[in-house]
Amino acid sequence: MAKDEFREFRLVGTRPDRPDGLDKVTGRARYGADISAPGMLWGAVVRSPHAHARIVKIDTSKAEALSGVKAVVTRADFPTGLTGDEWDLQENTMAGDKALYDGHAVAAVAATSKLRAEEAARLIEVEYEVLPHVIDVDDAIKPDAPVIREGAADATVPEGMPPNVVRYFEHGRGDLDAGFAEADLVRENTYRTEATHQGYIEPHACLGQLGEDGKGEMWVCTQGHWFIRKMCADVLGLEKSQLRVTPSEIGGGFGGKTTIFMEPLSLALSRKAGGRPVKIVMSRSEVLRATGPTASASMDVKIGMKKDGTLTAGRAEFRMQGGAFWGAPVDMALDCAFAAYKLPAVMHIGYDVLANRPKAAAYRAPGSPMAACAVESLIDEMCRELGLDPMEVRLKNAVREGDRSSYGPKFKSIGLVETLEATKAHPNFSAPLGPNQGRGIASGFWFNHGGETSVTIALSEDGTVTVSAGTPDIGGSRASIALMTAETLGIPYENVRVNIVETGALGVNEPTHGSRATFATGKAAVEAANAAIKEMCRRAAVEWGIDPEAVEWVDGAAQPAGPNAGKFPPMSIAEIAGNMGSTGGPISGHHEGNLGGVGASFGCHVVDVEVDPETGRTTILRYLVVQDAGRAIHPAYVEGQYQGGAAQGIGWALNEGYVYGEDGRLQNSVFLDYRVPVASDLPMIDTVIVEVPNPGHPFGVRGVGETGITPPLPAIANAIHAATGARLRHLPMNPPSVLAAIKAVKGG
Amino acid sequence: MVEVNLWSGMRRFVGDDLTVEVEAETIGEMLDALVAAHPALKPVIDQGVSVAVDGEIHQGRHVPIPQGAEVFLMHRLKGG
Repeated sequence: MAKDEFREFRLVGTRPDRPDGLDKVTGRARYGADISAPGMLWGAVVRSPHAHARIVKIDTSKAEALSGVKAVVTRADFPTGLTGDEWDLQENTMAGDKALYDGHAVAAVAATSKLRAEEAARLIEVEYEVLPHVIDVDDAIKPDAPVIREGAADATVPEGMPPNVVRYFEHGRGDLDAGFAEADLVRENTYRTEATHQGYIEPHACLGQLGEDGKGEMWVCTQGHWFIRKMCADVLGLEKSQLRVTPSEIGGGFGGKTTIFMEPLSLALSRKAGGRPVKIVMSRSEVLRATGPTASASMDVKIGMKKDGTLTAGRAEFRMQGGAFWGAPVDMALDCAFAAYKLPAVMHIGYDVLANRPKAAAYRAPGSPMAACAVESLIDEMCRELGLDPMEVRLKNAVREGDRSSYGPKFKSIGLVETLEATKAHPNFSAPLGPNQGRGIASGFWFNHGGETSVTIALSEDGTVTVSAGTPDIGGSRASIALMTAETLGIPYENVRVNIVETGALGVNEPTHGSRATFATGKAAVEAANAAIKEMCRRAAVEWGIDPEAVEWVDGAAQPAGPNAGKFPPMSIAEIAGNMGSTGGPISGHHEGNLGGVGASFGCHVVDVEVDPETGRTTILRYLVVQDAGRAIHPAYVEGQYQGGAAQGIGWALNEGYVYGEDGRLQNSVFLDYRVPVASDLPMIDTVIVEVPNPGHPFGVRGVGETGITPPLPAIANAIHAATGARLRHLPMNPPSVLAAIKAVKGG
Repeated sequence: MVEVNLWSGMRRFVGDDLTVEVEAETIGEMLDALVAAHPALKPVIDQGVSVAVDGEIHQGRHVPIPQGAEVFLMHRLKGG
């Protein structure tokens, strides 16, 4: 049982069974590809084999003549005149004049079977004029780089910058020169991270239906079905309320399922096929070639440090490519770069750069892992050069409540120091190490988010409760929302069912992104429960003939607030619900808003590695995640988020990365070659939940989903250095890279 | 009167100042007043910004700005 200084909790902080557990282990859960409908067609997409090419001609006649083919669409079937983000979405959904990356959709077909649709797709003839391409972010800003889209830069880009720079950022404060002059040691290095994919196990899948009257439905695997509705409607020129979107169960998203890819294609095909529903399920190769990975980054960092470890100044200059459209998370990377440190002088400069790659999508704490890789590596390098303990340097410079952040505002309640202290106290921090073994630590940060949220709770006739929520459950939010609702109502956890409902059932909800579902939907559910409690107290007051203000809610029942209110036995939620038909009708509670009160989250990771000096292979021996959750509503799910973030970060650090050939085509578009960590690559990841309650949430919740992926990249780089003496500043740190670095250190 | 702290990349739009004072009681009024005083800021603000009021980061225009609050204009934040 958890408690804070005012309350003890009956349910918050316990670990009940997950509500979706039986569905998932028995195969009863319905994922995107499980949805079918009568008269359904299958869709297939024709994709560019070129990184950059002008589309001269598309001949669909042979495909259209094939038996069983019901519709073919190209960009000519989409409305024209879109601008800004809407044009970007449409252009990424279906190429217009040019194919901008290997895998860019150029046409789509619907037929009576999956095989027939794929056969028809092969019959569509596309004539290309191949253009020069650019893949690497630093190459893309060279003077002779191919220009991907003229005039794509926004107002932030000063005149004279390379044409592939589409956004420019510059912010900072303090006297940077004085800060560096005050330091005993100033070091500057360049770090590079590769683009990685979110790697969700479930591929993108949808079933779309759209009639000539503009009314449609969609069933889709997504983190945010209101976003799907808005984006599809924008791209196709539909009225938003005429499109009803229902989310499926989701097999992972990590930010990559907050936008559209082939969803508008299924609707466009359906409309052209007389309104028959069209199902599209991406292959893994399509997922990797054509859906959004994160950006690749090239980062220069300069830091000043005194002999006692005090930081005097920091400068970060980041270049990131996010594909052929703006959207590399360089802005958020800069904001996160020095967030863990008190710095009297700091400067950030960033470039969002176009390259011939798929349009970047959000990926768990967008930008923050790359920034941490650069800054936390350099901090470690400087500590070692000055003979300082990296943990003590982090504690010495750690931000606290009231300190001014590196990105501008002062911090409200935060738990970085508590997190670092808890890390020091853990046995992993002092476990003995053997030959070829090393330990690395690193900190991480994420803002977290509130956002647009709408929740309704409704009483059933037996006193059990249904919660209608709009944030798909990708990390255990149904259990957490049920716990908070049941805690508030004073009823058992098992008496609450949380449903993720379709777009017609609630007001607009932002996706499950920004680590917001347990925070924001949970906060709205508590407020909705409080509204229902108010109505239940009123019903009891009417029954008793007393003032509603004289009724209070205790342990799941209405009761007189004191001896002066009258003497009546408590009226339980089951009694009130059982009689509601005759006491005024249904009882529900609703809350909606653009929710604030967000609490940022810091974490610290400790990793022990062993590096094989003959092969360069790195084995993770021990791994510890310590992170501030504010309040862990369901601690097992919080631990799962910590472990999942660490596992993805380990993959990013050691193996993952897009590999392009000279022709600009992706070379590793299946999981055999794009290697995510598997169970045998990882030890049991230890976790410590630090709880510094967020005053902006009724139970103190901070988001926990994203911070955990931030420290692994530098923590592992620091551990490999400790084990081998070799400093790797370019991810992934796969065996060939590590072996080469070891040989370089030894002069071999 | 609200003193708005801008990020330094915006300096060239507002005549080299990093802080701008406008009359406003909400974030929406503050953004509108910024654009009215410095029209060159409009495309940057239209693209989406977040606003920190006394350390709390907001997206909504409805949020009130108390007297004497510390206000920072920030890049628009979104998560995964």
